[in-house]
Amino acid sequence: MIIATSVTKKFGRLTALENVSVTCNKGQSIALIGPNGSGKTTFIKCLLGMVVPDSGFITFNQQNIIHDWKYRSHIGYMPQVGRYPENMTIAQVLDMMKDIRREQKAALDEELIEAFQLGKIMNKRMRTLSGGTRQKVSAAIAFLFNPDMLILDEPTAGLDPLSTEILKEKIRKEKHKGKLILITSHILSDLDDIITEVMYMQDGQLRFHKSLEQLKEDTGEKGLSRAIASIMKANAQ
Amino acid sequence: MKKIIKYVILDILRNRIMIGYTLFLLIIALSVFGLEGNPSKGVLSLLNVVLIIVPLISIIFSTIYVYNSAEFIELLVSQPIKRRSLWMSIFTGLASSLCTAFFIGCGIPLLIYVPDATGFTMLGMGLLITVIFTAIALLASMFTRDKAKGIGISILLWFYFTLIFDGIILFLLFQFMDYPLEKAMIAFSFMNPVDLGRILILLKLDISALMGATSALFRDFFGSGQGMIIALLIMALWIILPLWFSVRRFAQKDL
Repeated sequence: MIIATSVTKKFGRLTALENVSVTCNKGQSIALIGPNGSGKTTFIKCLLGMVVPDSGFITFNQQNIIHDWKYRSHIGYMPQVGRYPENMTIAQVLDMMKDIRREQKAALDEELIEAFQLGKIMNKRMRTLSGGTRQKVSAAIAFLFNPDMLILDEPTAGLDPLSTEILKEKIRKEKHKGKLILITSHILSDLDDIITEVMYMQDGQLRFHKSLEQLKEDTGEKGLSRAIASIMKANAQ
Repeated sequence: MKKIIKYVILDILRNRIMIGYTLFLLIIALSVFGLEGNPSKGVLSLLNVVLIIVPLISIIFSTIYVYNSAEFIELLVSQPIKRRSLWMSIFTGLASSLCTAFFIGCGIPLLIYVPDATGFTMLGMGLLITVIFTAIALLASMFTRDKAKGIGISILLWFYFTLIFDGIILFLLFQFMDYPLEKAMIAFSFMNPVDLGRILILLKLDISALMGATSALFRDFFGSGQGMIIALLIMALWIILPLWFSVRRFAQKDL
C-alpha cells in the first residue's frame, strides 16, 4: 500500500533519515520504534508529504506522492503534538475538517468523539485545552473519516489510563477491519497486543523491519518491551 | 480552495485590527476632504497616506498573519489539500480583506469627493499596492521560520520601497547630473511599485506640470495608452513574481 524507496532527508548537517526503504501493506499494524531523535516523526511526516525528502521517493497505491495530494484522503493522522488554530472552538475545528474533507461520501466515524465525551466541551477554545484533551481531539480527527491508513504518532502520550484504554480498543477494532496502522510509541506495553510488525529505527536508519513473532524468536524474549530492550542494549555496546 | 478562503477570511474578520484599519482610513480620508475645499488638494494629501500607510499595513499585517496561522497551515498540510491551493487561498483571503478595507476606508470617500479619472486612478493604485505588498509579505515570510526576523524583513522591505529607494534615485541623479537620465528614470520607476503608483496618480493631477523635464517625458510615456498598459503590466508582475517565488518555496517547505 505504501512503499518508501531509499528516502533520505537532511536538516542542515543533521541527517534525519538515511536511505530508508520500507514496504507497508494493508492489514498490517506496524510499530515504529526507536530512541529519541532517531527520525521516526520525520519519516511519518515524509509519508504525509509534510516534509519533502532530499532524495528517494514514496508511493501510495503505486502513485508517487510528490505529484499527488489526493492520497491523503486515505490517511488519518494523529500528530505527536496537535497544533490547532488557537481561537477556534473544538466544534469549529471539527466542522472545518468535515467541510474540507467532505468530497468523500464515506460515513463519519464519531465513535471516539462520544467515547471521549468531547460533546460536553465542544464550545471550548483550543487554547484553553489541556494537553490530554488536545490529544483526544487529534485522535477523534484521525479516526473521523474512516481512512484506510492510520498514522498515530505517540497516540497515548498524555492520555489518562481510561482514555488510553478507549483509544487502544478503537485501534484494535480498526485493525480488525483490515486497515493499515502505523504507530510510534515509547510505551511498549501499550503496543504489545495491537501490533503485528516492528520497525526499528536508529540514527535515521531503518535497522530492521520484521514481524513480531520473528522478533521474539530472534531475541528469545517473550514480550515486546524485553525484546526491544535487549536490542537497544546490544546496539549501545 | 473556496472553502479554505472562507476560513481565512472568517479568521481575519474575527481580528479587530482589520476593522480598526478600515476606520482609520475612513477618518483620514473624510477629514482630508472635509478640511480641503479643493478636492484636488485633498487627493494630494491622501496620496501620501496611500503610498506610505497602505503598503506598511498590508505587508506587516500579512506577515504577522502568516506566522500566526502556522498551526492552521500545519493542520491543513496533512489533509488532502494541494499545498499550492492552500497558499493561494491564504493569499486570496488576505488580499481580498485588505482590499475591502481599503475600498471602504479610502475608495468610497474618493468616489464621493473626486468621481473623476484622478479618483479612479488613486483607487486602482491603492488596491494594486495592497495586493503587491501582500504578495511581497508572503515571500518575506518564507525566508525564515522566526516570527521576529520575518517581521523585521518585512519592515526593511517597506523601508526600502518607501524611503531608501527614493534616496538611491536622488543619489544617482546627483552623481550623473551631466548625463541625460530621463529615459533611465522611467526604467528606474519600474523597479518600485510605490513610485510607479505615485507617478501614475501625479500625472492625473495638474501639478505634474511643475515637475520639469522628467515629468514631460513621464507624461509622454505614461500618458499614452501604451505606456499605461506597460505600467499596469509591470504592476501585475510585481504581484505575480513574489507570489510565484513564495509558492515555489512553500511547496518545498518542511513543516
